[in-house]
Formats: sequence, structure tokens, C-alpha cells
Amino acid sequence: MSNTVHLTINHLPLEVPAGTRIIEAAKMLNIDIPHLCYHPDQTIKAHCRMCMVEVTGQRKLLAACSTVVWEGMEVFTDTKKVYDAQVGVLDLILADHKQNCLSCARNGNCELQKLCRRFNRLLPELPDISSNEPLRIDNPSIVRDPSKCVKCGRCVKVCAEVQGCAALTASNRSGDFKITTAFDLPMDQTDCVLCGQCSLVCPVGAIVEVDNTNDVVRAIQDPRKHVVVQVAPSVRVGLGDEFGMEAGAIVTGKMVTALKMLGFDKVFDTNFSADLTIMEEGSELLDRIKNGGKLPMITSCSPGWVTYMEKQHPELCDNLSTAKSPQGMFGAVVKTYYAQKMGWDPHDIVSVSVMPCTAKKYEASRPELGRDGYRDVDYVLTTRELAKLIRYEGLDLSVLPESEFDSPLGIGSGAGAIFGATGGVMEAALRTAYEVYTGQTLPRLEFEAVRNDVNAIKEATIDLNGTPLKVAIANGLKNAEEIIRRVESGEADYIFIEIMACPGGCIGGGGQPIGTNNAVRDARIKALYELDKSLPLRKSHDNPEIKTIYEEFFGAPLSHRSHELLHTHYHARPKKHDFSHLK
Amino acid sequence: MKPFTQAADVLDKELAVKIDGIISAHNGDATQLVGILLDVEAAVERHYIPESAAYYVAQKLGVKPTQVYDVISFYTALHDKPRAKFTLEVCNSAPCRVKDSDKLVETLKRLLNLEVGEVTYDGRFSIEKVPCFGACDVSPAVRVNGVVYGHLDSEERILDMLQQLN
Amino acid sequence: MSKKVCFITRNFGKYDPDSLKSYESIGGFTALRKALKMDGNEIADVLAANGVQGRGGAAYDMGKKWRQAREVKGEHKCVVCNADEGEPGTFKDRELLTNDPFQLLEGMIIAGWSVGADNGYIYMREEYSHLRPRLLSAIAQCEEAGYLGDNILNSGLNYRIHLYSGAGAYVCGEGSALSESIEGKAGRPRMKPPFIKQCGVFHLPTCVNNVESLSLVPPLLLDDEGYYKSQGTEDCPGTKMISVSGNVKNPGVFEVPFGITIREIVYDLAGGMENPEYPLRLVQLGGASGRICAPSQLDTPYTYKGMRQADLTAIGSGAVLVVDERTSVIGFLRMTQEFFSHESCGQCTPCREGNRHIAMLLDKIAAGEHTQKDVDTLKKFADIMSCASLCGLGETAQSALLSAMKRFPEVFAVKEEVAVR
Repeated sequence: MSNTVHLTINHLPLEVPAGTRIIEAAKMLNIDIPHLCYHPDQTIKAHCRMCMVEVTGQRKLLAACSTVVWEGMEVFTDTKKVYDAQVGVLDLILADHKQNCLSCARNGNCELQKLCRRFNRLLPELPDISSNEPLRIDNPSIVRDPSKCVKCGRCVKVCAEVQGCAALTASNRSGDFKITTAFDLPMDQTDCVLCGQCSLVCPVGAIVEVDNTNDVVRAIQDPRKHVVVQVAPSVRVGLGDEFGMEAGAIVTGKMVTALKMLGFDKVFDTNFSADLTIMEEGSELLDRIKNGGKLPMITSCSPGWVTYMEKQHPELCDNLSTAKSPQGMFGAVVKTYYAQKMGWDPHDIVSVSVMPCTAKKYEASRPELGRDGYRDVDYVLTTRELAKLIRYEGLDLSVLPESEFDSPLGIGSGAGAIFGATGGVMEAALRTAYEVYTGQTLPRLEFEAVRNDVNAIKEATIDLNGTPLKVAIANGLKNAEEIIRRVESGEADYIFIEIMACPGGCIGGGGQPIGTNNAVRDARIKALYELDKSLPLRKSHDNPEIKTIYEEFFGAPLSHRSHELLHTHYHARPKKHDFSHLK
Repeated sequence: MKPFTQAADVLDKELAVKIDGIISAHNGDATQLVGILLDVEAAVERHYIPESAAYYVAQKLGVKPTQVYDVISFYTALHDKPRAKFTLEVCNSAPCRVKDSDKLVETLKRLLNLEVGEVTYDGRFSIEKVPCFGACDVSPAVRVNGVVYGHLDSEERILDMLQQLN
Repeated sequence: MSKKVCFITRNFGKYDPDSLKSYESIGGFTALRKALKMDGNEIADVLAANGVQGRGGAAYDMGKKWRQAREVKGEHKCVVCNADEGEPGTFKDRELLTNDPFQLLEGMIIAGWSVGADNGYIYMREEYSHLRPRLLSAIAQCEEAGYLGDNILNSGLNYRIHLYSGAGAYVCGEGSALSESIEGKAGRPRMKPPFIKQCGVFHLPTCVNNVESLSLVPPLLLDDEGYYKSQGTEDCPGTKMISVSGNVKNPGVFEVPFGITIREIVYDLAGGMENPEYPLRLVQLGGASGRICAPSQLDTPYTYKGMRQADLTAIGSGAVLVVDERTSVIGFLRMTQEFFSHESCGQCTPCREGNRHIAMLLDKIAAGEHTQKDVDTLKKFADIMSCASLCGLGETAQSALLSAMKRFPEVFAVKEEVAVR
């Protein structure tokens, strides 16, 4: 059987690999067949019926997303029948979509809006029958607006097939059909981990992040407040997307300029606290190995993962590194060490973080991340929200000059930078652990063996100068679940495991710009490793600011003070329905 | 919008034991979820599946609560809110409608002093309109807890049917 | 030509449907014994030679279906008996399940042998739950007697039958939705391809047949004299179970030879209109998804070809709903629409949203407040539902409306005072 198939699309001949779907074949001719439920990273749903095309000899129209091409197929994407069907389906969707576009978070990057522009829907034919269901604001991270949902099912797919959480589901039938949680419960009472992947794939504004931009603007406008901001490693390789730059563009300097122009008093780098995390977490690992502590040790910087563990696998609470995430450490350092250094009252500091992540909003609200009545991190903005602020200020990021982070707390190593990529925390930890453990300088910094693909698992055995260290890396919670299975079944005896909730790691986080897909994730991962390579400083323990903070404040990793400020603990989450009383 | 039973929705031991029995009668087979839920509903006097019972079934079968909820909300014969002891399911499809099942509904509403979808104060009766249940040869018809009562074309017959429900 | 025949219903009342022994005493399982001596293809050939088309609604050539099912490669295969008889006005499978459950089981075992399946599933609608005990006991008796289980009658066939219950969802009559339901999920249809025959229940090759189709197999295999083929017409031989309901004197299930006219069904078999004051307005054939037949079409012969030529639903489920003049055409369409507005699974846009808008437009027309634009919109979205829906439900939901627009254009006419507005 031949491996290629010949067909025509709108009379244009082309040859494509067997198994190609019409929608992908059309893309090869630069024809974008309209679609809403189709997503390049997901299995086919064929629900929205926007992509109907005419095929010679077929009585019905065929869905371009689900139909595999065949030899001699003649496809038409722009006949009257196709136009009427596509516009008709669009009108049907539109009539059931609350059209308060001007006040929608997705105004400007809504896929439905784009389709309306494309089909020039000036006078939609059908009456508005959209639901009046209220907004669902029941957690610090994401908001659902059922009245805008177009029932494409992308969120359900990503939640079940990538994250394995299945917190969202289709329910009911016919006109009552909707996407919701089990028993319509608030998100925090479900298996949701607030990773926000659903908000990334939603074509419209039905699932968006909780917006904190106004809080931050108000804080900046308040002259009594010292407003400091930290920016996570992954933001600098994602933010450019919002300003039309190519995927994976490194915009560190421009971003810092924008933040300074926005009026933040200090602009710091979360890469610094990533280095701090490595110092603590790496030492913790060596300590656990040496002193018979609980192994495998599992990373704890991904709040989506931490929540998943607390909800689904509380038996692993003691396996997680007690080291706070870089965001958490930064928050603690700013309101203690830095406040002291500057002579500021911690209550006058507004600590803002910019994260590629919706779950970080929740993490910042955890009681463990604060003391004396204040939160270590007051507001968390996603990459998307930072872009909104930059646009509000009237800036075009792509043409801004570059500037440097403020110091101290502004220097980060290459090891800190790669935290954003799957396998990056592992590599960063290994660079430090190796040198601390062996007392020797690493002959080669790159640990290619732990660099992982998007939505994948990687296992490796690292030679610590004669001592083998078995490690595993996973991104995407479905992969995390597989790692846990291997550990709990005794199939694998890892010593150290890195788990990131989101596909690709933080660069693919649920707070990154709309349009983040696996191809974009690949570009960002590449960019972070390039960034690492370009930096003079590539090991956390070589970071001079890290050395200073230990000298001036913490003493040594795992010291009493670092335990107090830089470490935390985890606990099983109460179940919605607990059946222990039946035993 | 939450059902009034929510606050007290803790699974009692008696129902849990019944559910255990139902699940083992279905060989603990998660693919038989629909049949299992039908049996659970039949085991509850008010003919519904309490949220706690749904979560219990999910845990026992190793499926996600969302799947159980989707199934309950999808199928007409499954319910997540308490119903009457006797729900009078009146066929609302054309074969009964052309035989004036609308009049049957009106008569039931009058006799029971009840609107469609409401439950009598004692929890005994409610009226629901349902699609064809295949009793078109005896239309207009009503189905109550699985039993079909046909030829309900006079008040006399309707009263007779109601008297049979105990 | 005799109007009422007895082929598939030949056992009705002749034996105790709760007793295998009783079934055996009237020759039960002779067909299975005969089949087990035949090659699977030969059995399919018998079906093909008799021109049997599936009785579920799609009217697929049954011999061809079994041949294809046999050819599909797979270590495990399933036979599904679709007993989810959900088309309003259809209750003939109910009669078969009630009066002759063993004939159905025998047909299913023969199907298993013919296509090479190891499991059979009966998917029965919840509305027939009162028949569950009878079927479960019949299955148990067959297992006991060695008609089900391992090495059935020393043929080497290992085959089991399982009874699954629906829970009130018309769409589960669609093969892929039925498969989802058997897997313990909401019954929302899957996209096709892959087709059920390659990937159905538990993603195994699956051969789905209606209760009537499977019940037809044992008598056909024993029909050495060619009685079945002698019935009906030349291009459409055989007999068919029909369910007659609505405003007729004697509604019920009848086995008829193909070729009988709709008029004969209504006026002879069903005794004519129940109230002579109210003449016939329309007949809906094949259930809610069926087209509407005007009084002028009553002499159409009840064959696949005859019906198709008359632009009517080709047999479908065999439902014949007779409606008299007490119900208006629009009133009737609203009833049908209410059904689909309740039964759409909701996952694809045209069906979920289309039904809602069409229901509103029909209300408007019923109130006489519609404009020509409303009628055009109605037609447009009914067409979109037909050509762009994911499954057969959405595709056929507007059959009644579209056929009514052709046959009763006057009821859609715009009222003068609205037109001049």
C-alpha cells in the first residue's frame, strides 16, 4: 500500500502522507479550515461541526478535522453548501454565547471572535438564547463563565487526557448539555489542581485566570507602598508571544524595562530564588541519602503537582521536598532579609510575582506562605496578565530597550533559568549536588540525559563519581501518575524525581499566553537552554548573591532560619465525601 | 440551587451495604455503571442517587466522580435529586399525544393538585413527562416505577390507576 | 395476498416463554444445531439469498453485514442485540422479547457462530426492565443446557450472552452511543470512522443487529420450503413486524408481507380510524425520525423501494403512527420536535442548538406570527442539521419537518397581516 495519497482541495492537487486528516492537508496549502473544537495537541472530537467541507460523492458534509483523506478525494472548502453550513453553525454557536465581548478577558484573542470577523457576521440571524448562569469564582486561580462556553470539549480533554484529573466533564443532554464539574461543585471541592491548562485551550472566555491586574495597579499607585516584583524563568520566553514576537523569543531585558516603566519599585528575578531552592533542595536530597531520610525525594516547585499529590496521593506527603518553591522562597526573603536590608516595614511591601501559572495564585494563598498576618506574595500575575499591564501602559514590548534586574536578588544562574523546562530542576540540582557531593568540579555541565520532552517521562541513572543516582522526570500529571505507579508498585527505585504539572514544565504553564501549544512549548524549552548556555554563571552555588545571602542571613542550607523561612510542609486534603465512618 | 439534602448528605451504613451488594452483583465491573446506578436508585426510597452514594460508587469502581455524574445527568432514568415515591411518568411522545395524553396530564394535575415536576407534600406523588416507553398500543399511558398503566382515557380509569399505587 | 402472516411470530403463544424445555418441545434450537454444521459464510448467504435487510432503521443488507463482521480480524469480537427500541410508536421488539425470548437467544448464538464472536450483548432499554427477569432466566437456562458457554454443542464455539440495561436515552439506539453506554459511560455517539464493525463495544469488532433481525435468523435457517421468500414482492420478499399506533381502532403489532399498502395497514389491519368524524391527517412512518406521509400517498406499497420512491422513510423501525384531523400538522411537528429537544445528546452544535431554535420557530408558526424569513430560517437550519450533525439522530431529527414542508406547504404560509407588517 502506498504511503502517500493524492487529493485535490478546491481543485488544487496535493500529495500527503496516508492518514492525514483533511484539516491538516488543507493547512499544507495554507488554507485554514474554520474550527473550534479541533486542537493540534488533542485527540479528535468532531463536536463543533465548524469544519464541515464538501467531498465529491458524499451526500453529507464531512468534518475536516476527523476525516482522513483518501486517494482521489476531491475536497471543497468554499462552496455555497459549505459556506451555509459553516456560517449556520457559527450563528448557532453565537446565539448561545454571551456576547459581552468588550468586557471579556479574551477580547482580541478569542477564536470565536476571529471566526465572526472572518465570516463577517454583521447581522447574526438567530436570537440570543445564551444562559444566564453566573460566573463561577470559587478559587484563587481560575474563573469559569458557563454563559460563554461553546461546549467544544477541549478543556475536558486536556483535564482528562493530559492531566488525568478529569475534574471537568460534559453533563446533561440537548439544550441542557454543559461542561461542568461533578455535581456542579465548586472547583476547589473537585479533583481540580488549578493548573489552568483548561484556560489555555479554551477558545473563548469561558475559563480564564482570576485577574489581579487591578490590585497591582492600585498598589503601584499607592505612594506608601514598596511594590516589588519577581519574574519566573518561563515568563521571559513566553511573554513575547503576546506582542507578536516569534515563539521562544527571549525578552528578559525588554520585560525588565517594561516592569520598571510600569512603576514597580524593584524588579527582581525568580531565577535568584530558583538558585536558592537548589541550595536547599539539593542539600536536602544529600541529607536524605546520607541520613536515611524518606526516598525517593520528589520536587515540590509545581503547585499543580503539590495539590495533585495532596488530593490524590497524600501518602507521598513525606516524599516531597520540604523546600518551598522559588516563588515561595522569594516571597519569604523579600519580606524578611530584604526588608531588613532596606529598613522597610514588611507590612509596607507589596510583593508581586509574575508566573506562567494559575496554580501559583493558589500557592501564594496557602497559610504556610506567610507570617505575622501578611502574605509573602501578595499578588500573583500570570504572563497573560503582565501583557495586559504592559498594554495598559501603552508599551510595545517588542521595541523596548533592555535593562537589568535590580540587585541584590536580581542575579540568577543558568541553572535557575532552566527551572522552567521539564528536567530543568533536575539538571540544576545535579549540577550543584554533584559538586557538593564529590567535592570535584563537573567536567561537563550539561546533563542531556535528564532533558525531557513535552508530555513525557524520562528515566536516567546519573553517575556521581562512582555513586549511581537513579532519577525520573515527568511533566503532565498523567505522566506523574505513571511515575507514582512505578514507585508504589516497587517497579522502580528512583532516588530523586522531578514532577511538573504542566506539559513541558512551567514554560507550558496554564498562565502562559493564549496560543501556547506543544510546538510553542518546544521552542520555549530550546530558548531556556540557549539562555543557560549564554550566561556566564551556570551553577546555583556559584551565584554571588546566593553566597552573600547565606553569609549575611541564613548561615547554611538547612539551617534553623532556612527551615523557618524556606521550607514548608504538606497535608492531605479533606475529601468531598469521606467514607471512613463506614469502616 | 443546591438540593435541600446536601447539608446532610453523608452516606449511611445501610445504603453503603446495599451498594456493596449491588456492585458485587455486577461483579464489581465498572462497565456496568449504568445498571449499577439504576439498581442504586431503585434501592433508595425516593428514587434518586444521593451525591454521597455517587461518590461511593465512583470510589468502589475506581472511576472518576465526573464520569458517574455525567452518566446520572445524561440518562433520563437516573436522578440526582430526590423524587416522589410514585412518579407518574406520562408519555409525552406523539403516539400518546395524539390520543390526548395532554388531557391525561391535566386530569392528574387536578386530581393530585400538583404541577408537572412538583412532588406532593408527603413525598408520595409527582408527575413527569417522559418520552415514549413503548406502550403505544395502550395509549394514553402512564408508567410508575416500571409498571405501565394503559388506556387512561377517562377520569375513572385514572382514579383506578392511582388507587392501585401503594 | 394475505395481509397478516406468521413467520417470525410463528411461536407466539405456542410455548411458555419462561421455559427452555417448552421452547425445545416446539423444535427450539433445531436451527442452531443446523447452523453449527454450516460455515459462517453459508449462514450469511442464507440471509443474503432471502434479501434480508436490517430491521433497526438503517436497513443495511444483513448478509453483507455478517460477512463483513466475519472478515474483520480480531481475537475477540462481539455481537450486540439492539433492544433499545426507542423510536416513538415502535413496540414490536417488546412483543418479540415478551413472547419469544429463546428465539432471539438462538438467533444471537447463530450470529456469534457466523461472525466468529465470543460475546453477545443484549442492550435493552430501561423502559422494558420488566422483561429483565425473563431474559436473565432464559440466558441462565441456556447456559445450564449448554447452549451458551464453552464448546457449545461440541461445536468448539465459546460464546456468552450478557444483558445490559439502558437508562432512558433514545440516542443509545445508535451503535456507537450504545457501545459507550455498555462501557459504562454517557451514551454520546462517537465520530465515524472508525465504524462499529471495526471498533465498537470495548473497542472490539462489533456486529450490531436489531431484535427483529436476530429473531428472524432461526426461522430463516429452517425455511427449506422458501415460505419467507414466497411472501412480499419480487424485489422485496419476506415479512416485517410493524407497530401501528395513534388514532386507529386496533393499534398493535402485526407481521405483514412486504408490499402491503399503507392504506391496507391503516384501514384493514388496524381497523381504520377510531372516530369516523375525524379523517386521517397524516401518517408518520418509522418513528419520530420518520418522514410524514400525506393522505394522497396511502397507496404506496410498503417496500424499501416503494417507500423510497414515494420520498418516504424506507421502513425504518416499522412504526406506523396514524394521526387524525384533531391534531394539526404544526401541532404534530411540535410533538416530534419536543422529543428531539429532549433526546439530542447535546455534544454537536447543529443538533444541540438547531433543535432549540427550530422548536422556537415552530412555536412562532403555531401562533401564526411567523414571517417568510422565519420559514426560510427553519428550512435552512433543518438542512444544516441533516447534513452537518455528528450522528444519525441529528441527521434525521428534522425528517418530519422537511417532509411536512414539502407535503403541507400551506401550513407554513405566512398570514396576510404578518406579511404586510
